[in-house]
Order: sequence, then C-alpha cells, then structure tokens
Amino acid sequence: MAVWANALIQGILLGGLYALFAAGLSLIFGIMRLVNLAHGDLIVLAAFIILTIATWLGLDPFAAMLAALPIMFVAGFALQHLLLNRTLGRDLLPPLLVTFGLSIIIENGLLELFSADSRRLHGGAIETTSFALGPDVAVGVVQLLTLASAVAVILALNVVFYRTALGRAFRATSDDLEIAQLMGIDHPRIFSLAMGLSFIVLTIAALYLGMHANFDPTIGPQRLLYAFEAVIVGGLGSFWGTLFGGIIIGIAQTIGAQLNPEWQILGGHVAFLAVLVFKPRGLFPRTTD
Amino acid sequence: MALLETRGLTAFYGDFQALYGIDTMLQAGETIAIIGANGAGKSTYLKSIAGLIRGAADSVRFEGAPIGATSAAEIMKRGIALVPEGRRLFPSLCVEENLLVGRYGREAPGPWSLGRIYELFPGIKTRRNSASTTLSGGEQQMVAIGRALISNPRVLLCDEISLGLAPIVVRALYEALRHIKAAGTSMILVEQDIAQAIKVSDRIYCFQEGRLSLSGRPSELSREQIHLAYFGT
Repeated sequence: MAVWANALIQGILLGGLYALFAAGLSLIFGIMRLVNLAHGDLIVLAAFIILTIATWLGLDPFAAMLAALPIMFVAGFALQHLLLNRTLGRDLLPPLLVTFGLSIIIENGLLELFSADSRRLHGGAIETTSFALGPDVAVGVVQLLTLASAVAVILALNVVFYRTALGRAFRATSDDLEIAQLMGIDHPRIFSLAMGLSFIVLTIAALYLGMHANFDPTIGPQRLLYAFEAVIVGGLGSFWGTLFGGIIIGIAQTIGAQLNPEWQILGGHVAFLAVLVFKPRGLFPRTTD
Repeated sequence: MALLETRGLTAFYGDFQALYGIDTMLQAGETIAIIGANGAGKSTYLKSIAGLIRGAADSVRFEGAPIGATSAAEIMKRGIALVPEGRRLFPSLCVEENLLVGRYGREAPGPWSLGRIYELFPGIKTRRNSASTTLSGGEQQMVAIGRALISNPRVLLCDEISLGLAPIVVRALYEALRHIKAAGTSMILVEQDIAQAIKVSDRIYCFQEGRLSLSGRPSELSREQIHLAYFGT
C-alpha cells in the first residue's frame, strides 16, 4: 500500500513541474490563441541562461534564476513585439510555422553553443534533502519547492488576471479584440506584455527542470508535449485547471512507472487520451468559451 | 472650429465602397443623429470615426487634428468612445469589470465615475458582480453605455442602442442620453428609430446607400423630406 501512496505523492509533486511547464503556454493561448511550439525549447534555453549566469557569477541556481527573470521578460516582450505580433491574424498557420521554426533555431543554436552534453543546475545540499512522511514515503525538498512554486505561480497569475486593470485588459482582449481596442487597449502591447509574463513563468519552470534532472539542448519538444497535455487535461483558459492537469499527468506517470518502469511516459499519455475521449474540453474548461 | 468633422469621408470593405464623400460636423455640446435604412452606411460612418476602419488621415478631424488614419485605441485615448451595435460586452468580465475596463486607455476628469454611472442606471448596480451574459438586453445596453462613458469622452458615439429592445426600455435609455447631454458630452447617435433620435438631436443627417441625402435641424425638416431622404422614393 505504501508504494502506491508514495507513487501518488511523487506524482503530485511531479505534477507541479508539469504545471510550471504548462502555465506559460496556457497564458499565451488564453490571451492570443497562439500555440507556441517553441515553448519547450524556450524552457531549455532559459535553463542554459540560468546555468551560464550561475557559472559566470558563481551564484546558486535560485539567485541565477532571479537574475535571469528581467532578461527573459525583455526577451519575451521583444520576441512578441518584433516577430510574433506580425504572424497573428485570422490564419492560425503562420504563428504555428514561425514558432516551429523558432524551436529548431533555438535547439540547434544551443547545440552549437553548449554541445549535446547533459547539464544540471546544482543546488547543493538541498538537492538531496528529504523528509520522511512514513516508513516507505519520503518527500524531496526540491520536489516540494517545485509544487509550492507552481501553486504560487498559478495564484500570482490569478491575481494578475482577476484583480488588476492589466488582467481585465488581458481578458477583454481575449474575448473581443475589436471592442478591446475601443477601450484604449493597445493589443500589440498587451500581447507583448503577456509573452514577457509567459517568459517569466517558463524561466521559473527552467530552474526546476534543471534541478530535477539532467538537461540537454534536445529535450525541449518532450517538455512541450507534457505542457500541452497538462493544458488540455485541465481545460483551456483555466490556470487552476492547468495545475490540476499537470498533477494528473504527473500521477499517471508515476503510477505507470510503479506498474512497470517502462510505462512511465505511457501512463501520462494514456491519461491524456482518456480525458480527450471522455471530457474533450478538459476537466475544468472556462465556462464562457 | 467644429469639435469633430468628416470631410469627403469614404470607406471600403475590400472592393465594396460603403461611404461616398460624407461631410458632417459636430459642435461641442451638440447631439447629432445619423438616420437611414439598413445598409445606408451609418455603422460604417461610426466605425470610421472610432478608428475601426481607417482611411485618409484628413477625412476625419477631431479638435482640429486629423484622425482618419489613427488607431482605435489612440482615438479612444483622445476622447472619442463608441457604444457598439449589439452591445458586445466582454463575456468573461462581470458587470463592474466591463465598466472598469472602459477606462483602461483614458482616465480623464469629468462628470462620469463608477458611482455616477450606477446613479444613471441603478438597475445594473445590483447586478454589479453578475456575469454580463446573464443580463437582459436592456441592462446589457446600459452597461455598454456606461463602459463608454466611464472614460469621460468628449464625444460619445452610439450605434443603434434601441435595436431589439422593448419600447419602455428604449424610453429609459433615451432619458439617460438626455442626462448625458446635459452633463456636456457631445454625441452622435446612429438610429433606425427616427422618432426617438429626432427628439434628442440638435441636427440630423440622413444617409442613403452610402451617400448623404439630407441634413438639417429637426424643426426645419418635414416628414416628407425625411421620408424621401430615408427611402429614396
């Protein structure tokens, strides 16, 4: 029984990581209906930026992540302002093609700069610190921090979206772009701010990606897949749904691994397909869609 | 100098020309009505002023400055607000959020605040936290007018605010327009309900198939003139 309880708890904690992968994707899709196929590679890029800052300045990964946040916000704003805003319109294909191309450029650029070697963000003693919840159940501090960060990020996004004028502008733009302009909302700027915010979230995700396991320039597309699954399982347009979507994928993976170590990834995909079959709009879809 | 003026205003939807050289003028404090049958180009005229359809810069002038090629967001910031046809409230925002988002781009001093708008439309105050989609058509129209008013615009553009509403609701809305006019806001009303529009307007312009067919003060125009300008026969 304890092994299943352990699988469940580890799954919930892993779900925090997937929710972090997914939150930025969910935010961008929710506001501008843009499916960012480069999202996974951008997370890996952010992990390399954190690694570089940590190495050059001799900082621990948490401090390096904080230093990377403003850089990434500006990078996200600029990417949207200079490139992605030009691709948005009635046709959904141009942003898909451009972000797909961007993912290839990022992956190959990272391979050129950092080689295909696996890297890791070393957090020191915290990486191996854990505490026991029972005789066969232990919780790692990094894993717990990941879930806590995911909850904090979702909470913060909810505050921004539902308690601020900027959040009202985000939602109004998402509802009706034409009428939003009549409110004095400069939608290209709103989209750029949203992408900057998404980059902040993916940089936080990158910190935990790098502390959970090794990473190399080629792992982006798989993180994108987990993020997609979490967003769709949770229901489009709902941040809390995205958190629960991530947790469901995480639990399905750890239970799959408990059944057979080769079934970890399969378990997540099966859960995703089951939700698509029985609840195609996801478990917590936004009611106004 | 006119507060708002169109000179030779034209508008196109692709190859289709919707407006042919429209000349209109709005003085400060004045209310004008644009009347005409379906497809006459009334909504296109308002969209051209609000920046949703852009044309030659000089074809629309506001406070002397050319705004015909300016973006809708920038025009709103300068003080022109549109109540769009069909209300078009934001479904994911509650009633009060719909009102508040109206001042995102412009927070000018003036007679209109959230409290004053609730005084003007007491019915929507009790529904302030409701989803805007649960309101009746009349209540939605009140929110749409409030959303445009809250930025204290110099010019309020109203597109068919009586469309699809019961006569008693229409009378209430036009009573509110009288208060808005009394507070000093200039207005352009696009209407098919000629009788209501004429009552509150200082001047009327009649459109027919994208062209200006008649203009003048309501007291100077006969029913026959308006009928001919409206229907063309």
